[in-house]
Amino acid sequence: MTAKHEIRKSIIASIWFMFLTFPIMVIKVNTVTNTIEWRWYNMALVGIGIFFLSMLWRYLLKKKEEGGKKEKKAGLSLIQRLLQEKQFALPGMVIIAVITIIFPHIFSMYQTNIMISALIFVMLGLGLNIVIGLAGLLVLGYAAFFAVGAYAYALLNLHYGVGFWIALPIGGILAALFGILLGYPVLRLRGDYLAIVTLGFGEIIRLVLENWNEFSFGPSGIKNIPKPGFFGIELSMQATTIYIFYIVVLLVVFTIFVINRLKNSRIGRAWTALKDDEIASQAMGIDKAKTKLRAFALGSTWAGMAGVVFAAKTTFINPASFTLWESVIILCTVVLGGMGSIAGVIAGALLLILLPEYMRDFGEFRMITFGAVLILMMIFRPGGMIEDVRKTYKFEK
Amino acid sequence: MSVRHISLRSDNMKPILEVKNMTMDFGGLRAIDSVDLSIEKGQIVALIGPNGAGKTTFFNCITGIYTPTSGDIYISPNGESDKQERINGLKPNIVTRKGLARTFQNIRLFTSMTVLENVMIGCHAVTKVGIMGAIFRGIKTKTEERFIVEKSYSILEKIGLAKYVDELAVNLPYGAQRRLEIARALATNPFLLLLDEPAAGMNPQETMELDELILRIRNTEGISILLIEHDMKLVMSLSEKIYVVDYGRKIAEGTPEEIRHNSVVIKAYLGEEIGEECDA
Repeated sequence: MTAKHEIRKSIIASIWFMFLTFPIMVIKVNTVTNTIEWRWYNMALVGIGIFFLSMLWRYLLKKKEEGGKKEKKAGLSLIQRLLQEKQFALPGMVIIAVITIIFPHIFSMYQTNIMISALIFVMLGLGLNIVIGLAGLLVLGYAAFFAVGAYAYALLNLHYGVGFWIALPIGGILAALFGILLGYPVLRLRGDYLAIVTLGFGEIIRLVLENWNEFSFGPSGIKNIPKPGFFGIELSMQATTIYIFYIVVLLVVFTIFVINRLKNSRIGRAWTALKDDEIASQAMGIDKAKTKLRAFALGSTWAGMAGVVFAAKTTFINPASFTLWESVIILCTVVLGGMGSIAGVIAGALLLILLPEYMRDFGEFRMITFGAVLILMMIFRPGGMIEDVRKTYKFEK
Repeated sequence: MSVRHISLRSDNMKPILEVKNMTMDFGGLRAIDSVDLSIEKGQIVALIGPNGAGKTTFFNCITGIYTPTSGDIYISPNGESDKQERINGLKPNIVTRKGLARTFQNIRLFTSMTVLENVMIGCHAVTKVGIMGAIFRGIKTKTEERFIVEKSYSILEKIGLAKYVDELAVNLPYGAQRRLEIARALATNPFLLLLDEPAAGMNPQETMELDELILRIRNTEGISILLIEHDMKLVMSLSEKIYVVDYGRKIAEGTPEEIRHNSVVIKAYLGEEIGEECDA
């Protein structure tokens, strides 16, 4: 009875899809000979494909519903448990450290360069994670702060010859100031409204950079940005790449360290409280404005520092590197990876940046896969790949 | 009964909370109409009235969630007359820091946090480690964290929630959730506790425990209490002074005994007596 029912459902779905795809999959106009080709075999393929996909789809949904009840208690996936086990933590960390240290030496420069970009996005993702995952503020124009950092280094170097290591904190601080600048007027906004305003802010920064030629040299950008110096020694091309790789790794480690500390602190708790209930948190003495501004400032600091590294790595920047698309990618790394979860965001960023890079042959399908993956994630793993398990305070006497 | 009604009043003392002529308008609607109220140190005062009378609005005005349209709110934590302070229009978090803690009518616990963490948030008002402290986690931060945890736990013990310490706040039974709200409010070191319908939805057993708890907080901690409540049994047994509001106006104040026999109050709650209507 049920099998019959399921099969009927799938047949209906496949007929519907055959009908939908009929114009593009079946009819083909040959403009040279002015004839129409009827490619019926395509229709058959669509029909069969959808029949099985629809079966699979419903099977997974059903499984998820059944699993949902059980999982409430068991709760944690394999990776989450691995992350929590103390005995795996140390060896795991050592293995990861060793791999990162030897990585640039065993792989080509091309691979190392891709890895650097990916790690910059890890930094961006972790920074945005402070704002979204910890403080619960949905910010869409995050690439703007990235741009602030990059342009800070480029312009300071162009006009005043400021070096990388001095520009790094300056870029961070400048971005933090911009974060506060944006944060202040939007303090009373939440959710979608906040997202829209920050989106606008991101575009404003980009448009200013694009059109204010005297200041930022417009769309032609700034070139010949120096790579970071190694105590005044000129490094070869390859050595610089490796050097930058290590810098980014260090910065990522620093980011993780800071976020971890913040998460389990008075400030982190205030963020969680504010995310849960604004009025109650205020009634508990939490300064809403100050706490939110802190999140904005901290989040954008990392974007600013990532921007400085980005400028140093590419040696050329223009506004095209800081579009809405970048903001969306960063947001996706956070959402896909798991809001609030450090491991999740790292995994998400690596996946989203590395996969398109290695799958260049399938470039045309990038958007489709992207969309499909996001939708599937929202349905089957709404918490992200590695869902955040908030470390709750366990009381010991 | 004599233990219950301690009057600490002496002549040169000011009330710890004094509301003068407070009015709150929402557009054309006057939710609170020139209400006066005062609480002495160590008193338990009740604010009662029919639904929609403006009781919760009154709380919101005092705790800074709303800014009253006119009138004054003064506090004087120790009841010393020269240290009176006007708190109108201050932000809620500042009001809390000044020592007025509240609970909510519809429970507003932090749902993703454990019981202990909820109380730890309450300590936010009395601690001050910032970003740098959190990142470097020096001795100061560690001591403060330990202080927060120990303080929170001891409050939970006092309130009788210690057994739930690592439980998620949402998983607690209803009565315990209400008590947790009180615990959280106590963590802010208040001199006045504002309870918005603490007994709502509780069974008689829980209400009795709540009655004891409120008395204990007053007697051992010396914290004064202002409560909104519909449970008349609780109100009458607990409070030393009762204010009755209706349609935003204060219609009566006095001891429980006086209120019980006040005809205006009875009218507000039960409507006019049929006999009177017939005569008119």
